[in-house]
Amino acid sequence: MGVGAYVAVSAALFALGVVCIIARRNILYVLMGIEMILNAANINFVAFNRFGGDGLDGRMFAIFTIILAAAEAAVALAIVLNVFHLFDSIKPSDVDLMRE
Amino acid sequence: MAMGIERGFYALLGLAALAGAGWGLSSGGVGGLLFAGFAALTLGGALVCIWERSVVRSAFALLATFGGVAGLFLLLGADFLAMAQILIYVGGILALILFGVMLSPPDPTERKLSRVGLGLAAGGGAFAWVGAKVAATVHWSQAATPPPAPKLSHAREIGVGFLAADQYVVAFELAAVVLTVALVAAVYIARRKVADFEEPAEPEGGI
Amino acid sequence: MDFLHFNPETDFKLLLAVPLIPLIGYVVQVFFGRFLPRKGDWLLTGGMGVTMVIAVLMLAKALHASGGEHGGGGFFHVSSEAGISWAWLYQSGKAAVSPLNLEVGILYDGLGAAMLAAVGVVSFFVHLFSVGYMKGDRRYHLFFANISLFSVAMLGLVLADSLLVLFVFWEIMGLMSYLLIGHFSHDPSTPFFQRWATWASKKAFLTTRVGDCCLLIGMMMFWQHYHTFEFVDLWRLTNEDVARHGGEWPAWMTVAGLFIFGGTVGKSAQFPLHIWLPDAMAGPTPVSAMIHAATMVAAGVFLLGRTFPILSPDVLAVVMATGAFTALFAATIGVTAFDLKAVLAWSTISQLGFMVAAIGTGGIGLVAGLFHMVTHAFFKSCLFLSAGSVIHGCHHEQDMRKMGGLRTRMPLTFAAMGISTLAIAGIPLFSGFYSKDKIIQAAFTKTSLEFSGAAVFASIALPVAAALTAFYMFRMMFMTFGGTYRGEVAEGHGHGQEGHDDHHDHELVHSEDGGIAPGHPGPLPVESPWPMTVSLLCLATLGFLGGKFWLADLDVLAHHAPWFVRLVSPETLYPGVDLMNGYGHTVTHEMIEHAEHVAHNMAMLVSLLVAGLGIFGAWWLFGARKASPERIAAALGEIYHTVARKYYVDELVNGTVLRLTHLLASLQRWFDENVIDGIVLGVGRTNRALGFLQAWFDRTIVDGLVNGAGAITQLFGSLVRLFQTGRIQQYVTFAVGGGLIAAAWLILA
Repeated sequence: MGVGAYVAVSAALFALGVVCIIARRNILYVLMGIEMILNAANINFVAFNRFGGDGLDGRMFAIFTIILAAAEAAVALAIVLNVFHLFDSIKPSDVDLMRE
Repeated sequence: MAMGIERGFYALLGLAALAGAGWGLSSGGVGGLLFAGFAALTLGGALVCIWERSVVRSAFALLATFGGVAGLFLLLGADFLAMAQILIYVGGILALILFGVMLSPPDPTERKLSRVGLGLAAGGGAFAWVGAKVAATVHWSQAATPPPAPKLSHAREIGVGFLAADQYVVAFELAAVVLTVALVAAVYIARRKVADFEEPAEPEGGI
Repeated sequence: MDFLHFNPETDFKLLLAVPLIPLIGYVVQVFFGRFLPRKGDWLLTGGMGVTMVIAVLMLAKALHASGGEHGGGGFFHVSSEAGISWAWLYQSGKAAVSPLNLEVGILYDGLGAAMLAAVGVVSFFVHLFSVGYMKGDRRYHLFFANISLFSVAMLGLVLADSLLVLFVFWEIMGLMSYLLIGHFSHDPSTPFFQRWATWASKKAFLTTRVGDCCLLIGMMMFWQHYHTFEFVDLWRLTNEDVARHGGEWPAWMTVAGLFIFGGTVGKSAQFPLHIWLPDAMAGPTPVSAMIHAATMVAAGVFLLGRTFPILSPDVLAVVMATGAFTALFAATIGVTAFDLKAVLAWSTISQLGFMVAAIGTGGIGLVAGLFHMVTHAFFKSCLFLSAGSVIHGCHHEQDMRKMGGLRTRMPLTFAAMGISTLAIAGIPLFSGFYSKDKIIQAAFTKTSLEFSGAAVFASIALPVAAALTAFYMFRMMFMTFGGTYRGEVAEGHGHGQEGHDDHHDHELVHSEDGGIAPGHPGPLPVESPWPMTVSLLCLATLGFLGGKFWLADLDVLAHHAPWFVRLVSPETLYPGVDLMNGYGHTVTHEMIEHAEHVAHNMAMLVSLLVAGLGIFGAWWLFGARKASPERIAAALGEIYHTVARKYYVDELVNGTVLRLTHLLASLQRWFDENVIDGIVLGVGRTNRALGFLQAWFDRTIVDGLVNGAGAITQLFGSLVRLFQTGRIQQYVTFAVGGGLIAAAWLILA
């Protein structure tokens, strides 16, 4: 399979991630969507690293993305906990204090 | 009627997976079949995740997505990264999300088919349009030829490569710092305020 | 006796340790002293003990090296010649390249050896004494730190090999004297001492500062001509310069020498800058002992010893006249003083006059003056510490009229003070006799060789001053230790140790009548604790033995010359320098020897006579009370009052220098208030007017623009606000939509 197929899978996964963030009314889906988007990016990194260059740069970036995702997940979940504590709900539509 | 839609979705999904597998087998042999299988696992998992009514099931569907991505990494010769993907995403992040799931009260009415359907349609449309345009404009000159085997594949060599002094040591250290800070921050944000635990004041003149 | 051989390789490092050990102690004490057990007094006393041992060992080496009869050894070492020196202020490359490159080194000769040992010994015993005397003081740890640095300054000054290094330590010493004299200025429990100490420390600092400025100017004048501060180079270059001029001293050298002597006048309390020293007793008594004996005032005389070859004959005449006048002048005031410490203070000034006058006579007088500086260090420190012991015993009473009869109550203090008094009065076998006898001999020699006014004046003034010295010192002894106790004994106080302990806390009661720190009634005086008495007795022993003998050669009669004379002579002090400022050209070596020989016998007779006369007079008036001193004072009338008021020098200074300073200050103030303030105010008014203009511009035009911009922004903001729903998912939708649009534009473009 050529690089085009991987890029296509990555793009599809990215699109699905965005849909996941937008379509559902639960903050956890937002988190899951973000994970999908990050994974889509990782596929691209690794694929281009495999087909394009001969170094480790792409894989390096993928590792960092994973680390970032881990940190993001931890912080995001902590935020979710706080949101739940404050608003007694985890619907993103309820969390709209920023409008004021 | 509702059950019909559910079943229809999964049937469609199965059919699409089969079609993909066929396409893969025909265009790339066993390698193509494997690629098609992992791609189907990835995208199917994502679709199920969006579609499913229960958050728990969505989370487990996400497991499939992560596994599929790990498989794609394997196909790309990045064993180390595949292992890291399984360890961190499946072992860590998914577990975190499942913790979060425990917070949310079950709400079967949360999923609006119209909303999900509209989202999927719009997303698919956008993907298709951009994909078509990209496919038309970008020339994948190397796409057809089989790529050379990666120079570094074993985890040990990759580790040495990553950590060689002139490579990414500083970046790794920075990543470690970022991770630490993020985790500390997470703990700080998530902790209950002291006021929540404050017990009623002791009576005067206790000691 | 190989270990007594001076080895430059190692011994210069040992010498470096001499000031360094107490310096390290000082740093530790300043920062951590208050946390140490006993507030760190053991640390500094012990450190000073080590310093003393090293200094004495070094003196032993110096004595060993100059074993001959008259300074035969030529003991003279400069560390830079041994390859040991420390770079300081290097501009480029080596010292020889630029005159601005300075090196710090050690100069160690007989004079340095004797002085180093004297300073080390006196400092150690003052430290030890302070352990007992200062007990209970509220700044106990700082007192030890400061007095230690005070000693460091003197030790460093003694070892300095250049004028500049000497000046640095000189200034450190000035600062420390300020801090120590003002020690009580932070003690609100004794308001009288607080005010007095504050004033006295300022007075001491500013008065000596006049001398310091003079010294600095003198130094710079020499530097301007020779581009060096090193003593050895200065001596040599001056010598060559004078030789080139055929023995004539250039005028600038005389002026520069006078300026350098100004430093001595300030530091060594010579007339007319002597006024700070009597007031320096506002500090604690151990500080007075330090200032009057080993450090501070000795520094000025030491400076003369180091710079002697660069002082022209005219300068030396001035030096001699000033010293002789000061000796006589201060001795007369000492006769009238009633404060115990004041008597000692005036006697110090008088003795310093002796030293300075002796150095001014040149030749043998140089040695005699420096010798007197060392012996004086021993007996004067002992006298002051004894006075401290007496004051301590009498509940901080300092007026001798309220003492008496302490002979039996404080026998150890009496013994120590008695020995020291005999020494200062010039009784044979006691140290002071040898040095003072030599000074008078030097004055006579000078007079017989060149019959100048200054020399004649010195020959008359010095014996008279010596008689007065014996008189007032024995007057002090009779008033303090003789007769019966005249202080008030408080009712209800026991005689035991219990009652005595109450008074360790420096609790003083003061009257406002201008008297000096009167004490308060207490129990009868008792002997002081052991650290004090041990120090007293050790110093008294040195005061007794310090003149003739030295510990190593107890065979008294084998050497006719005192140890100091063996160690120090003009030839060994300034090797390779042909002193041209002593006597005139016409005077031959034989003439000098003859004159010295004649003067020797005469001086011996005269000094014995004047000492006996003084002691007899004191006994007549104060011991046996054959005549009433009060009646004599009344008969003298105005003369007595003039002397008692210290010849109105303080008043004169207040009326002239201080008044002038105040006048200048008020002139400056007028200038400041009317001229400078006027300019400043004018600028301010102009600025204010401009400011009003700017404010108008600001308010109408700039603000209008800003407000207009704000209003437009607000308008757009309220438009954009429509999209700001606060819902995350909507934002994501917008973002993705925007991304798509961007992608479309990129692709389609």
